[in-house]
Amino acid sequence: MLIGKVIGSVVATQKDEKLEGRKLLVVQVHNHVNKPLDQYVVAVDSVQAGPGDMVLYATGSSARQTTLTEGRPCDAVVMAVVDSWDLGGDNVYEKWA
Amino acid sequence: MYLARVTGRVVATQRYEGLAGVALQWIQPLDEDGKPMGEALVACSVVSSGPGDMVTFVDGREAALACPTTFVPVDAAIVGFVEQAVSKGVDLARVAGGA
Repeated sequence: MLIGKVIGSVVATQKDEKLEGRKLLVVQVHNHVNKPLDQYVVAVDSVQAGPGDMVLYATGSSARQTTLTEGRPCDAVVMAVVDSWDLGGDNVYEKWA
Repeated sequence: MYLARVTGRVVATQRYEGLAGVALQWIQPLDEDGKPMGEALVACSVVSSGPGDMVTFVDGREAALACPTTFVPVDAAIVGFVEQAVSKGVDLARVAGGA
C-alpha cells in the first residue's frame, strides 16, 4: 500500500452508475519520510476518511476487494486512516502532533 | 515475489474491517545485490517481522491471500522471514543495512 494525504474530493454526478454512492477522495502521495510527492490519485473511500487525513490506499485489482468496490470499475481504495508511523524507531508522522 | 528490508511500522486503528490485528510495516524492496530498489511501501505482515529484518513480500491482488481474511483491499504482504538469501555467491541476509 502507499501513503498519502487527503487533499480534496471529487463530485461527479455524471459517472459510471456502478460508482454511485462511493465517495471519491483526492489523495496526494507522500513518501516514507512524509515528503509530499508530485503525484496524486483519486480513490474510493472505504473508511470514512476526511480532508487532511493521512491515509493508506491500495491500488490495482486489490482495490476491488471491499464490499463497496467489488465488481466495480475502481483501481484505488482508501483502506486505513494513519495515526502514526516510525522508521527504525524514529517517529516520522503523528496525527496528534 | 521480492526481497525487502523491513524499515518501519505504521499504526492505523481506523481501517477496513477484516484487517483487524494485521500488522502494517514499511518495507524497502531490495535488488539481487541486497541494495535498495525502488520506493518504500507499506505491507501487511503475517510473519513476526520487525524493523531491520529481511523478508520476502508479494504484491498485487495475491497479497490479500496472505491475510487472515482474504477479501481485503491489500496489495502488498510480507510472506517470508529470510534467514539466508544467497545471490551471486553472497548471502544477502548477512549484508548489513541494505535500506
